[in-house]
Amino acid sequence: MTQSFRLPEGGLIDRDRRLGFRFDGRDYMGYAGDTLAAALLANGVHLVGRSFKYHRTRGILSAGAEEPNALIQLGEGARSEPNLRATQIELIDGLEARSQNRWPSLSFDIGAFNNALSRVLPSGFYYKTFMWPASFWMKYEYVIRHAAGLGEAPRGRDPDHYDKTFAHCDVLVVGGGPAGLAAALAAGRAGARVILAEQDSDLGGSLLGTNGTTIDGQPAAQWIAAARAELAAMDQVTVLTRTLAYGYFDHNFIAMVERVTDHLGEKPGHLPRQRLWKLRAKQVVLATGAIERPLVFADNDRPGIMLADACRTYVNRYAVRSGNKAVVFTNNDGGYTAALDMAAAGVNVRAVVDLRANPEGPATERAEAQGLHIMPGSAVVGTSGEKRVKQVRVGRVDPGSGRALAVSETLDCDILAMSGGWSPALHLFSQSRGKVVFDEALGAFVPGDPAQGAHSAGACNGAFGLADCLAQGHAAGRDAAKDAGCKPGRDGARAPEAENHGFLPAQWAWEVPSDKPPGRGGKAFVDFQNDVTANDLRLALREGYHSIEHVKRYTTTGMGTDQGKTSNVNAIGIVAKTMGREIPEVGVTTFRPPYTPVTFGIFAGRDVDGLLDPVRKTPIHSWHEQAGAAFEDVGQWKRPWYFPKPGETMHQAVNREVKAARDSLGIMDATTLGKIDIQGKDTAEFLNRVYTNAWSKLAVGRCRYGLMLNEAGMVIDDGVTARLGENHYLMTTTTGNAAPVLAQLEEFLQTEWPDMEVFVTSVTEQFATVTIAGPNAKPLLRELAADLDLSTEALPHMAIAPGRVAGIDARIARISFTGEMSYEINVPASCGLALWHALMTAGAKYDITPYGTEAMHVLRAEKGFIIVGQETDGSVTPIDLGMDWIVSKKKDFIGKRALSRPDMLKPDRKQLVGLLSENPEEVLPEGAQLVERVLPKPPMPMIGHVSSSYHSPNLGRSIALAMIKGGQARMGQTVLAPLADGTTVTCKVVSPVFLDPEGTRLND
Amino acid sequence: MIESYLRQSPLAHLALAAHGPGSGKPAGVHMAERPFPGLVNLRGPGDNANFHGAFKAAAGYDLPVEAGATAGSANTTALWLGPGEWLILDARGGPKSGPRIAESLRAALAGISAAVTDISESRACIRISGAKARAVLQKGCPLDFHPRHFAQGQCAQSVLARAAILLHMTPDETAADGPAFDVYVARSFAEYTWRWLEDAAREFGVARGER
Amino acid sequence: MLVIPCPHCGPRGEIEFSYGGQAHIARPKDPEKVSDAEWADYVFLRDNTKGVFLERWCHVHGCRRWFNVARNTVTYEILAAYDAGAKPPKLDYETQV
Repeated sequence: MTQSFRLPEGGLIDRDRRLGFRFDGRDYMGYAGDTLAAALLANGVHLVGRSFKYHRTRGILSAGAEEPNALIQLGEGARSEPNLRATQIELIDGLEARSQNRWPSLSFDIGAFNNALSRVLPSGFYYKTFMWPASFWMKYEYVIRHAAGLGEAPRGRDPDHYDKTFAHCDVLVVGGGPAGLAAALAAGRAGARVILAEQDSDLGGSLLGTNGTTIDGQPAAQWIAAARAELAAMDQVTVLTRTLAYGYFDHNFIAMVERVTDHLGEKPGHLPRQRLWKLRAKQVVLATGAIERPLVFADNDRPGIMLADACRTYVNRYAVRSGNKAVVFTNNDGGYTAALDMAAAGVNVRAVVDLRANPEGPATERAEAQGLHIMPGSAVVGTSGEKRVKQVRVGRVDPGSGRALAVSETLDCDILAMSGGWSPALHLFSQSRGKVVFDEALGAFVPGDPAQGAHSAGACNGAFGLADCLAQGHAAGRDAAKDAGCKPGRDGARAPEAENHGFLPAQWAWEVPSDKPPGRGGKAFVDFQNDVTANDLRLALREGYHSIEHVKRYTTTGMGTDQGKTSNVNAIGIVAKTMGREIPEVGVTTFRPPYTPVTFGIFAGRDVDGLLDPVRKTPIHSWHEQAGAAFEDVGQWKRPWYFPKPGETMHQAVNREVKAARDSLGIMDATTLGKIDIQGKDTAEFLNRVYTNAWSKLAVGRCRYGLMLNEAGMVIDDGVTARLGENHYLMTTTTGNAAPVLAQLEEFLQTEWPDMEVFVTSVTEQFATVTIAGPNAKPLLRELAADLDLSTEALPHMAIAPGRVAGIDARIARISFTGEMSYEINVPASCGLALWHALMTAGAKYDITPYGTEAMHVLRAEKGFIIVGQETDGSVTPIDLGMDWIVSKKKDFIGKRALSRPDMLKPDRKQLVGLLSENPEEVLPEGAQLVERVLPKPPMPMIGHVSSSYHSPNLGRSIALAMIKGGQARMGQTVLAPLADGTTVTCKVVSPVFLDPEGTRLND
Repeated sequence: MIESYLRQSPLAHLALAAHGPGSGKPAGVHMAERPFPGLVNLRGPGDNANFHGAFKAAAGYDLPVEAGATAGSANTTALWLGPGEWLILDARGGPKSGPRIAESLRAALAGISAAVTDISESRACIRISGAKARAVLQKGCPLDFHPRHFAQGQCAQSVLARAAILLHMTPDETAADGPAFDVYVARSFAEYTWRWLEDAAREFGVARGER
Repeated sequence: MLVIPCPHCGPRGEIEFSYGGQAHIARPKDPEKVSDAEWADYVFLRDNTKGVFLERWCHVHGCRRWFNVARNTVTYEILAAYDAGAKPPKLDYETQV
């Protein structure tokens, strides 16, 4: 197809680079520099989508970020992306795009049925109709979501990669139009670190869509080029095009997304597709421009009905006529500029319909001089045309009633260019919590006092004349640099100069006068993206929604991805008029980030796959891997879970490991246990306060088990602490609590007991820790640590000594979590693998068997040892665990006071017990609830739950630990575990110590 | 006696040297593991002149007291970690240097309320340098890496992606080669941090090994 | 994301800090002497202030020191940061809202 609407010359496109693209299966051509919307218009394509709710045919409304209609599904397969604005998609060769929200095709759409039914689909319809019965909502929703909606999320995994970066600057300038460029220049000249972020592919903003504009006596394009060059030459200035500042958060934290490769035909693999900038700016200059408003009249949403300034931009920037025959409908002088530029491009401008009774203004005068047909005091009261506007009906406005009289003229056209005035783009300012105020003369909200270090400049600040934009931008840049602590700029620096025509004078009518009663004669859309009409707003008010925030939620106006860019002021104006109030009384709704949608990829960044979360590995990890270990995640650590031999199931492997540790020799990597080095003369007293038991009498070279509570009296950690020297201790914590316990100790020392002389330092990673357990642990160690006296006299149970193991400097602690004779050997982390090899080699004669966390759990459960986080869940006291023996009555400690609260003394608290199922083969599921009597169906009173449950190969049967109400008084009784599969397991309550209650195995 | 080849640095299992220096194209970033630095954590009363005097007598220089400051001699460098907390490091010390430094400090500070803890084995050290080193670190670390805010000889504790780090901008590099940073990270986070940095540096080109 | 002025390291991003709740909650000197209600008040009950709130932060990924911050919970403005154990600064606690 030829680009029949392309002008023979002009525009900022590169006519030497022709690009082929495909839209809804048809091939078209465009040029480098086009947006998808510009290229479609160049090919005469206006119909690009169906509306959200009524499935009405929709065309391209705008030329920028505010586009509510032309939402496109871009690309295929896993790279497909929905809801992109055709007005912002840069054309690349081979681009594939599809319209959305239509079935089976764009021109014939079954959903358009909704439009015919629209009388029964008013706002709030879904709420009212489908909320009853409530259980049916899920079914309704499925149908509704299919009928109403936008594009499709891709189903495949995103093949692209994304980047994230922090950033800092003195001055962030948002927007690279005239105000933003002037601001960046002024701030940069003052020596500020400046970042200029422009969402478009090029700098220039509104200047790119004008024709014949001059700044400082030179054509705008030259001035832009000079500004670009000057900024590029400044080391401290970074210019980011294709970068959208989409969110403004606390303390001048601004989130931006940079499109790094989207515009490239060939995408270099080393570059991320997009980059998230997490920027902290000392000061921010908001130069975000303004958005033209549509006019609200009957059937104002047909393809071919466009914003006037967009038509002008398509002519000047893209050398595209939006159509052949245009009617311009305006309430301000600015509409005439568009009419003139279109006429100059060869468009037949049939008429300028002006709501103003006495059109005036510089552009109006030029149009008059050029002989354009002007219809003052008139309104478009209706349109026709299904896939493209064909006719507009014009009526004269009766100055007395403010209503339009009968249609005076019907005009054929294929373009209706409308201008309802301009709204400053306040989204970022509003997100920064700045309050906005209504400016009567501008008929729009403008920034009030900023809540953070933000300076607004240019059109977003209500300055629509170019000279004012440049002056405000210059001043804002200079002031922002100064506020950021930079020295004043060069002497004599001044704002660039230009003509100063805005779009005023104007006459506001939030809804265009109609020749029909309100709500009759066609839908007058306020919010195109959400399909909200003026009548919907009135309905909401009639139904009692009087707060603008409620009107917004009930009608959905200003919501969704659009955030009210074109609709906000018109909606508030109509609400105010209907309520008979002033606009400031009605107020504004809050703008939400993002300004336009951003892809989830940027939030994931490189936190995917192997980098999703740190994987912590011990120094011995490579051995475990080679041995074929199955791993268990414990926090971020990878710990060997069990070591299956070829053909072994987990059950078989764990049984073998558990037996080996009891019968001969097991070896485990215990490196992940938290280790805290504690020094200082007050350490013993400190341990007295943080542990439940007494520490004053622990001798050097001895170890003690401790239980740590929080102030609520609940167990939070346990572990063995060794006294290494007079004022030197080594505390161990559970793997998962290493960091929290250290933080807790630091907190006490700094905030509660700052006078204590105690220093705590994490040494978790300083040592590799290997545990050897079983009857042959001592013979093995004796062989590898010949210098060490391992006799019970020299190194009894719960003792620690320095020594050398296999030639490595080590600390050897005789402690046991298995109930077996067991040694914990600590060596420098870098020697961990060497130690492991040495033990494995020398232990071969004892059939040394590596065991993982599962076997460790079984071994300790056989002994009734608790695991914090398994038997405890933040609601368990030492008394509940039957560990009264470790709770000192004499001294104070963290959590002690709570233990005497009445609730702690109740006899029916859950207490730790052992459970034996009637059938020794039956292994209870962990978490199973326990009852006294099974009722025919739930609910039934529950008395406790199974906390740990295993098959014990040493006992030849299943064992379990449980927390049961009043459990210690239930010894010997029967409890029942009704399971999810309908069966019930009968269990006997027993002591939690199943094996060797006397502890004889710890001795020689 | 343990043979040195049996001593494994935190990134030894990645066999980084075996992968060669990377592509021939100019690299924006160079990355290398610096194995076996000597690292000693020192806690003490920052407001006590005796403590400072005893340290100076032993080390030959004053402990730095400004946030992020470092000081040092030919043998060791002291990094300010917080009020009353320092890291005494010997970046090229080898496996024995940590215990050696700790021993001499303990002797010098005997009788003073202080704590000396050898943590050499606890950390990995990754040297990242080159023209784009700042940009790579900036991706994952919220500190401001502009030369005005992070200068040669300075140190800071912060985070890099999901790992806690200590950064030291080494003073022994010339400006022409771009900056050089030593990133100290807990030993078990070494592989994650290395892979993260390599991935973040991908767009600039990475060379393995020190310049 | 806030910028929190660590009294020791200077302003740093919130990501480096952990939050410690309301400041100036003193542990009773002799816990055995306080009533159950007083103990519950110490352990569980905290103010939920609209306006200037004195709260604890720890520079956990920096100098690891605990300190206190006066923050307006409406605007998130941080009015002061001071050492743990120090008296709160003189601020207008009423009109900052």
